[in-house]
Amino acid sequence: MARHTPTPPRYARHPSPSKGERKGAKPATGISSPPSNGGEVVCEANRSGGRISYAVPLPSRARDSRVTLGILALAFIAILIGGALVGLLAAGAGDLSGAVSAFDPYLMRVARFTLWQAALSTLLSVLPALFVARALSRHPRFFGRTLILQLFAVPLALPALVAALGVLALYGRAGYFAGVLSSATGNDWPGIYGLSGILVAHVFFNLPLATRLFLEALQAVPTDQWRLASQLGMGPGAIFRLIEGPALRQALPGISGLVFMLCITSFTIVLTLGGGPAASTLEVAIYQALRFDFDPARAVALTALQIALTAVVVTLLARLGADMTGESSLSVAPRRYTTPSVAGTAFDAALILIALAFVAGPMLATVAAGLQADLGRLVGEASVQKAALTSIVLAFVSAVLAAVLSLALAMARRALALSRRDRRRPFLEFLTDTGAGFVLVVPPIVIGAGWFLALRHLGSVFGAAPVMVAAVNAVMAMPFAIRAVRPAYDAASERHERLAAQLGIAGWNRFRLIDWPVLRRPLATAFAFAMALSLGDLGVIALFGSDSMQTLPYLLLARMGSYRTADAAGLALILGLVCLFLVFAADRLGKERTA
Amino acid sequence: MRRLFSLLLSVAAVAALTAPAAAAEKLTVYTYESFTAEWGPGPVVKKNFEAECACEVDFVSVADGVALLNRLKLEGTSTKADIVLGLDTNLTAEAKATGLFAPHGEVSGVSVPGGWSDDTFVPYDYGYFAVVYDTEKLKQPPASLKELVEGDAGQKIVIQDPRTSTPGLGLLLWVKSVYGDEAASAWAKLKGRVLTVTPGWSESYGLFTKGEAPMVLSYTTSPAYHMIAEKTDRYQAASFSEGHYLQIEVAGITANGAKNPLSQKFLTFMTGPGFQDAVPETNWMYPAGKTDKPLDPAFDRLVKPARTLMFSPEDVAKNRKAWVDEWLGVMSK
Repeated sequence: MARHTPTPPRYARHPSPSKGERKGAKPATGISSPPSNGGEVVCEANRSGGRISYAVPLPSRARDSRVTLGILALAFIAILIGGALVGLLAAGAGDLSGAVSAFDPYLMRVARFTLWQAALSTLLSVLPALFVARALSRHPRFFGRTLILQLFAVPLALPALVAALGVLALYGRAGYFAGVLSSATGNDWPGIYGLSGILVAHVFFNLPLATRLFLEALQAVPTDQWRLASQLGMGPGAIFRLIEGPALRQALPGISGLVFMLCITSFTIVLTLGGGPAASTLEVAIYQALRFDFDPARAVALTALQIALTAVVVTLLARLGADMTGESSLSVAPRRYTTPSVAGTAFDAALILIALAFVAGPMLATVAAGLQADLGRLVGEASVQKAALTSIVLAFVSAVLAAVLSLALAMARRALALSRRDRRRPFLEFLTDTGAGFVLVVPPIVIGAGWFLALRHLGSVFGAAPVMVAAVNAVMAMPFAIRAVRPAYDAASERHERLAAQLGIAGWNRFRLIDWPVLRRPLATAFAFAMALSLGDLGVIALFGSDSMQTLPYLLLARMGSYRTADAAGLALILGLVCLFLVFAADRLGKERTA
Repeated sequence: MRRLFSLLLSVAAVAALTAPAAAAEKLTVYTYESFTAEWGPGPVVKKNFEAECACEVDFVSVADGVALLNRLKLEGTSTKADIVLGLDTNLTAEAKATGLFAPHGEVSGVSVPGGWSDDTFVPYDYGYFAVVYDTEKLKQPPASLKELVEGDAGQKIVIQDPRTSTPGLGLLLWVKSVYGDEAASAWAKLKGRVLTVTPGWSESYGLFTKGEAPMVLSYTTSPAYHMIAEKTDRYQAASFSEGHYLQIEVAGITANGAKNPLSQKFLTFMTGPGFQDAVPETNWMYPAGKTDKPLDPAFDRLVKPARTLMFSPEDVAKNRKAWVDEWLGVMSK
């Protein structure tokens, strides 16, 4: 099976085929995957099969600098989260009664509702996203595709309140659709308050996110497999079963885990759209424990419960997945040979349009509201300009850090997976992947308050604010970035690992020559997501934010909190545009050819 | 790209390094954001007091009154605050219990409904909670809390969660002070009228102005903003015959701040026109001290409560948890 080992410069100059290559062009060399590998290789069938025949041993765990980098990244995250918890525990250890009494029947009801709404939201976001991503992947070039993908990053940057108002502008009691819905149901439209409202808003946030991440997984499928599928005359069913399905399935646990974590910690949306305190989440209880009752021990106990519940769900989700062994051959075929049938195209178009309408609707409502504001005056205001600059700088720094962290973790995970001898996953490998994602269920207020308590004796906490905000934002964005980076890195490693080992390319040279060209686009996606996420962040800022650190969402809520609703709507529009611009820039950088 | 990166990096460095320059005479005031916002009272207050004291006022702001108290608790005795401005009477008992405040000296000219005597905190403004309604949607607003509780469930109201919001707690106390032991059954009736319970005032007021509900829990002074700043009479407060619940906002000197002579000076200044003139049309509350200018005529058109309702800070501190749990028990069914 050891075949075709081209010289390294080829790798450097020819990263995975870019979009510029013509569809249907003849590959330079006629290399194809062995037919036996066509489908099954995607599943975990022959993990060890291909490996034994290689003469060059893979780098051992002890020598692999990638693992060291990953451990460093983990340590950074552990210190950030652990330090906060230690700070809180040290302050709260004196009085544990609150922690014990927190577990009352109401909390159990809240815990049940938290899980229920998060599970439903995840299902409703992830399931359609699978098909929308597939549709987008089947049509790699059509007018507006790039814009759709860029738009799909914007909801993440919108503060929950803006999104809630956007959703209500369509489906609320006074929404655009209220008249139609009233006449359709025969009664006055009651709005979508309750579970339905929560679900609609969560899907608005998470469907586009999941779609983009699934698309990333599909794009990591070796191009030769598409060619092979076409050569073998596979229909869409067979392609889905043998190629797309396994790739999506491999990404499924991670992405649904991510969405689940976002929904389980939802706060503003659940309370605002939930209709009453029956719809409440553990996050609200944690917030209450720290904010009104100032009971650090209880906050830590509730956070532990939240992490434990998430751990159970993530473990269950892991069973849905499949481990995939990628294609170890060099990708030479251009992207896509198969052209979907007319019916298939129509179906895909309908899917994409529905998803687009669903996501763009509330955004358009936000734009419409924003255009009512005095945008000229807003843009001219010094505080708005300063906030925009602060937001952009913070988002940029956080996104760089998030991309570095996620890359370190993805590389370490891969190195660990390669070095393991049996099928059992060591804990460290788990930590570098899903485990690190658990930072998402630690509420920002817990991190903020914990560090505050830990740092208060060390002089000015304000001085640490910008560093803290950037660090926390980066760590919170890292789980998203990993989802974008990991499939591409794993696929690239599958192809290049042995070659790199044979040629003795490691460390920085390997990254520069071999990994970077392939990782450029997924890293840009990761970067865009991390940036959008930090741009919309409020949790950390709200605790650390001082007058010198006002960001756009912060300013937005401040205006909203002092009757200036029109200003707030205008700022939401500006925030959305800034986000779109940054995502656009990240995409451009990702596409730029290496000279 | 490299140039862009270095540009952003240097911007970040500048942003991180622009710390306020140290001055000899400085007063540090912890407050909430809408106070220091450019349209809030903060800028005027800073200018006027600095002209008077030849010192520098340094505002540090957090989200709201509750966050303010938490910030103080988090910092403990190492706090840099001389003055904490922006707590309300529902928080003062708890704030005193921290032992982080010092008694204030002589302060004159304070006038709030029901009178004021507290050795630690001094009021700077006050307001009444009220149901604000949209005159275009609701021709017959409820004339009492009883009418609100028992009225048409089709006419919705948006309220705030007492666990996370000050006005939310205000409504809870309002209902408690009117209904007493019957509060739970009153909430059970009102529940059908509640469209949703938001975490903060901003969310509910946003829903209200978007037209989602014809009523919202806010302040009697809210219509003044719409009348003065937006020149519209559309939003009005409903006058309730049982009376309205009062919220008083106060400031106090911290134990550390007691050593700074500027602190006491500031409290004296706070109850005078240099501060009070700014309150009505920046904080949209009633001034608690002497003003030089008469209030805008719009304030004369606001609801004047027949009775002022208020629990003592100690009662609130003692019962808050039990009352919130009672509310939660009814509302989460």
